Amino acid sequence: MLRLLTMAGLVCAALPGHAQQTIRIGMINVLSGQFADAGIQMENGARTYMKQHGDTLAGKKIEIIRRDVGGPLPDVAKRHAQELVVRDKVDLLAGFLLTPNALAAADVSAEAKKFMVVMNAATSIIISKSPYMVRTSVTLPQVMETFGTWAVKNGIKQSYTMVTDYGPGHDAEAAFQRAFKEAGGSIVGSVRFPVANPDFSAFVQRAKDLAPQSIYVFIPGGAQPAALGKAFAERGIDKKRTRILGSGETTAEAALKSMGEAALDIITAWHYDYKLDNPLNREFVREFSAMHGRNPDFFSIGGYDGMHVIYEALKKTGGNTDGEALIAAARGMKWESPRGPMSIDPETRDVVQTIYIRRVQKVGDEYVNVPFDRIENVKDPAGERRKK
Amino acid sequence: MFASLAGVLFDGFAYGMLLFLLSVGLSVTLGMMNFVNLAHCSFAMIGGYVAVTLVNSFGWPFLASLPIAFLAAALVSIVLERALYRRLYRATDLDQCLFTIGIVFISVAVAAYFYGTVQQPISTPPYLRGSVQLMGMSFAAYRLFLIVTALAIAALLVYALEYTRFGAQVRAAVDNQRMARGLGIDVDRAFAVTFALGGGLAGLGGALAIEMVGLDHAFAFTYLVYVLIVVAVGGLGSIGGSFAAAAVLGISDMAGKYYFPWLGAFLIYLVMVGILMWRPAGLFGKR
Amino acid sequence: MESASRHLEAQIRWRRLETVFWLCTLLPFVAAPAYLQLASQIAITALFALSLDLILGYAGIVSLGHAAYFGVGAYTAGLLAKHGWGEPLSGLLISGILAGLTGYATSHIIVRFRHLALIMLTLGLGLLLYEAANSASWLTGGADGLQGVRIRPLLEMFRFDLYGRTAYAYSLVVLFACFLISRRIIHSPFGLALRGIRENALRMPAIGAPSRAHLRKVYSIAAILAGVAGALLAQTTETVSLEVLSFGRSADVLVILILGGAGRLYGGLLGAILYMVARDQFSGMNPQYWYFWIGLLLVAVVMFLPNGILGGLAKFLQRST
Repeated sequence: MLRLLTMAGLVCAALPGHAQQTIRIGMINVLSGQFADAGIQMENGARTYMKQHGDTLAGKKIEIIRRDVGGPLPDVAKRHAQELVVRDKVDLLAGFLLTPNALAAADVSAEAKKFMVVMNAATSIIISKSPYMVRTSVTLPQVMETFGTWAVKNGIKQSYTMVTDYGPGHDAEAAFQRAFKEAGGSIVGSVRFPVANPDFSAFVQRAKDLAPQSIYVFIPGGAQPAALGKAFAERGIDKKRTRILGSGETTAEAALKSMGEAALDIITAWHYDYKLDNPLNREFVREFSAMHGRNPDFFSIGGYDGMHVIYEALKKTGGNTDGEALIAAARGMKWESPRGPMSIDPETRDVVQTIYIRRVQKVGDEYVNVPFDRIENVKDPAGERRKK
Repeated sequence: MFASLAGVLFDGFAYGMLLFLLSVGLSVTLGMMNFVNLAHCSFAMIGGYVAVTLVNSFGWPFLASLPIAFLAAALVSIVLERALYRRLYRATDLDQCLFTIGIVFISVAVAAYFYGTVQQPISTPPYLRGSVQLMGMSFAAYRLFLIVTALAIAALLVYALEYTRFGAQVRAAVDNQRMARGLGIDVDRAFAVTFALGGGLAGLGGALAIEMVGLDHAFAFTYLVYVLIVVAVGGLGSIGGSFAAAAVLGISDMAGKYYFPWLGAFLIYLVMVGILMWRPAGLFGKR
Repeated sequence: MESASRHLEAQIRWRRLETVFWLCTLLPFVAAPAYLQLASQIAITALFALSLDLILGYAGIVSLGHAAYFGVGAYTAGLLAKHGWGEPLSGLLISGILAGLTGYATSHIIVRFRHLALIMLTLGLGLLLYEAANSASWLTGGADGLQGVRIRPLLEMFRFDLYGRTAYAYSLVVLFACFLISRRIIHSPFGLALRGIRENALRMPAIGAPSRAHLRKVYSIAAILAGVAGALLAQTTETVSLEVLSFGRSADVLVILILGGAGRLYGGLLGAILYMVARDQFSGMNPQYWYFWIGLLLVAVVMFLPNGILGGLAKFLQRST
């Protein structure tokens, strides 16, 4: 009797479907709390793509249903994924700013056989959690191992690493140290900052005491990069003698504005900067700023390219939203993005792209990340190792 | 070695002074009226955003924006107190908590709406950047400025408390509210003024904090925990307590990170738990 | 004497309204089958709030770190499942007991303090546990959360499905069982003694009630229930992350309990339902600014319904009768 009632209820819930005429994308993001800014930028990137390419595909309308997880809350993310599949009848899942949320939703993608596009979360292992998943952002080993190898090849033989004491920090530290040591460099010491750390001067002083040839930093965006940059300046670290090596988040637009002169000569490795000089990117930045009143960042490009994969895969399947069909269409996809040439690895389904090595320089009256070297077609090394 | 120790102490003390400015208002008002105002850091946020707007959008010099940050936060405190908080003086502690948390939620959403969720940059004048060389050691200019400002304010507060009539009224009200009323002291008015002053100081702290720890829409939440720790460790209703607690916490946090970095965030909580277990009323608290 | 015992009996008797309430909890199965996952998480939060009510509403201990026991329960259940012990019911029991032991250990410190010191101590201990879990990422999985948590079907028959049917049924039954236990405790002589302690802690030893021992006992029981709630979350979602130990979770449950009305047994349950449904709805309507509406809700409740919803309703009913 109960089952009959449940069936009746489910049928009633399913009736106002119209699922045939629209393609529903369930976008699970973080739009409130301390990660809100990144989430909003990611969504802005996706919407910019939709504006440029229209919201109709293969005769069907594309609709985005957004859900806010509010933070790194895997139980909430999983519930949203389940509700999107069961209640809102979405055809595919996208978004995923944070790793725990992506990992939790991967279970739902695997069980319900839904195509899933990870537009930001950067922990390597995520991609292995569902056979219907692709990633269009970056992985930390992809950037940091490349950076470590590049550093040694370019004369930096010693490094002191400073990372924030949380998942991505540990990953970055492990990746950089691994590649740095493998290429022949030596790590003279390391330290981990507490996550909510407003003040870096003690840590910087410790680093300065050791007088290393370079200092490698990995910290999340927000207030921290500026605070760290200023701490370096205050403690008198000479960036020409002690190179500062960082991730792209350390020299993001807001951080550069805040640090000002203190940011000069910081060397970073990253996959995207809004000042990248190619026609596609100039167009993207122009369109993005017109729509949203600010410049895009790497969160935005992840969203932008994520939508690209969705659109192109749907074009290939002729509007068929079956998980198997979409993932087959997405494997091996290659295209020119505002960030440069990129592709989806046919075996691991992970992102393959160019990593740029940049230095902060004063251009006009702004401080800008100027790329001076690049490594192309970088696959996720951790993913490659998992294959064996 | 000594140079690094002095540097660490100096930086820790500066951080402590920032916490002092943010917390002193809450300590005194909590001690005076037992009113649990968890929205205290929202005043700090108001001061911060006013300073950002004046400096970035209107081109005001940084130093000139500070008194306006103070006044804006004080004004909002007065309005809030008259309009809403007044009705809750008889309510239970829990209700006051719930109400003021609601105010925090609203203030965070409003900040996000008007300023977005992005970090607010601020351009401080060049003489406040970089470092100053003293006795062969380098001290950050901004931290020096912060310490001097906070010490000046602390001195002013202590003078006002000890040597003015109003200060005597405040002290009486903190010690024993009922007695104070019985003696004819207008406790409500004293409280209103103290509340405005406390809110204003928080606003000033918020404006000064931007250069050191940043400002975004979630500031009211993020710093609430630290402020509560300072207030509890210092003791309710005590300016000296807030000062001592903030200094101790700032220095031990910094020294801990320098000498025992693997302890990291633990130290500030361990220090708090330790001090509270030893002196539950706080370092200078009365009850 | 007569009216006193009749008064106590009246309190223990099941009211019709209560039966209606519990029957209504079955409604989601038929009326809102797409919302069962949410219903399950509401039931879990309700249990967590109930556990806090035991110490806050009835014993007067204000805790800003109650998530510590929730987290211990969640991680225990998660770790058991990860390392092969995927049977849910026994996992639930073990997690509850472990959380209870943690609660018992900390209660020795907690019961010595009152007022602000007590609140800050609970906060501090909670934050320390959070940092410890973050550092011990080899055990807890750190910020990424515990991976590989796999739960076996309940009673080897009911799989935890995508719709959340099993999850909600499981959570609801456990909530009801724990509720009955709590009800029994509250209406026992022990429960009355607790209320005495809450009202006037100084006088209780004078009438021979060992207040510290009582407080330790109720604190441990509350920790067990919180741990059970945490374990439920881990088992029904097959995820555990650092957030279960966070200050945010402790603060949320406190807000929920005050919202519903502390010291009234159903306060936590009503508060959980209202808060989580409101949050889900506001978040759906306006993901970026949902907390504005929640803030407004909290402010409105305090202005018009002092002492929480149940408190305000009780006063309203009293005035009209």
